[in-house]
Amino acid sequence: MASTEEIREGLAEIVNEITGVPAEDVQLDKSFTDDLDIDSLSMVEVVVAAEEKFGVKIPDEEVKNLATVGDAVTFIEKAGS
Amino acid sequence: MSGITIQPVAEPRASRILGIGGYRPSRVITNAEVIEQIDSSDEWIRTRSGIESRRWATDEETVVSMSLAAAGKALADAGVQPAQLDCVIVSTVTHLYQTPSAAAEIAHKLGTNQAAAFDISAACAGFCYGLSLASDMVRAGTAGHVLVIGVERLSDLTDQTDRSTAFLFADGAGAAVVGPAASPDDGGIGPVVWGSDGEHLDLIRQREDWRDALHNEAGPAMPHLVMQGNQVFRWASYEMAKAAQQALDAAGVTVDDLDVFVPHQANMRITDAMARQLKLPERVAIARDIATQGNTSAASIPLAIERMLETGEAQSGDFALIIGFGAGLVYAAQVIRIP
Repeated sequence: MASTEEIREGLAEIVNEITGVPAEDVQLDKSFTDDLDIDSLSMVEVVVAAEEKFGVKIPDEEVKNLATVGDAVTFIEKAGS
Repeated sequence: MSGITIQPVAEPRASRILGIGGYRPSRVITNAEVIEQIDSSDEWIRTRSGIESRRWATDEETVVSMSLAAAGKALADAGVQPAQLDCVIVSTVTHLYQTPSAAAEIAHKLGTNQAAAFDISAACAGFCYGLSLASDMVRAGTAGHVLVIGVERLSDLTDQTDRSTAFLFADGAGAAVVGPAASPDDGGIGPVVWGSDGEHLDLIRQREDWRDALHNEAGPAMPHLVMQGNQVFRWASYEMAKAAQQALDAAGVTVDDLDVFVPHQANMRITDAMARQLKLPERVAIARDIATQGNTSAASIPLAIERMLETGEAQSGDFALIIGFGAGLVYAAQVIRIP
């Protein structure tokens, strides 16, 4: 199982690829909407790419609870364990 | 008797699109006009959909009149006379008569020789569905020339106070004439990859049926279209990219052979996501008609092709990947040659 830092790095790569936000800005305390300026459609793309990369399922009703990068990393850690 | 007489197909033949034409309604509706009724902004609409303005029809620009205009251009482009048409297929969800069909009226007003005529309901996939039917008719010898029309007045069924759809839906008509190719090797309509997924019929739908709309407690009102935007975005961007790839595979065409990509103009963000998924080379021209036309459902693909021919982004003979997808859910994709 990937470490918290490995998941954050993987997620940062995805966010960078889809939105162009620099990977180093994608830190655990950052809010997807307020800090990284990721809108709901880009969030869908991030979620789909994360599902593929980490082999997890992130249900639609769960996505709105993933406010920060840390929330997403925690969810992926739990879903993958 | 020994059975039904079956006419053998004389020669194996291929089909192709011989001509294409569109009609864009006269009213240009800006984002500024749309946001008078919704809590939104020009910037929000542009970033979420790529739409700068859209076309809405006037009362005089009806489903039938817009279809006749588009069909006239397609027939002229094809060099085909109305009397040569054996069938007229109209795809629409906004011809507000349950019966008779728009197709029968259009076939008559065009001056066909009493061509077979019917409407189909396949929402935003309607043009590709109609094209598949037309192609099979021509190949089987059921018809010589078939007119396929996609036409909508979605503004009639749009809730102009719904911030998730008011900026999106628009009106217009597009038509294509399908006929036999010069030789079996000269076919211009590849195998269709199509299907439906009724489990997700709630994602895009008319909110209530006509009976409920008429007996509404607050008084009779037009039924409206509703959509779960994010879920539709996910389905369209990923599942539809797979269907598009299957259509390429079925036609024996790779992305490197492709010249033009014309997805249903649903949302620029869907187009971008699909293009990324398909890993289209940069040289492939991508239809972006939605920017000034909005989402015209069944009409969007022929309208987008017409625009690309006008701007020179597409040339006659180009290989194009087309895919329609929408309420149902339904979808259909083909590789075609641009007429």
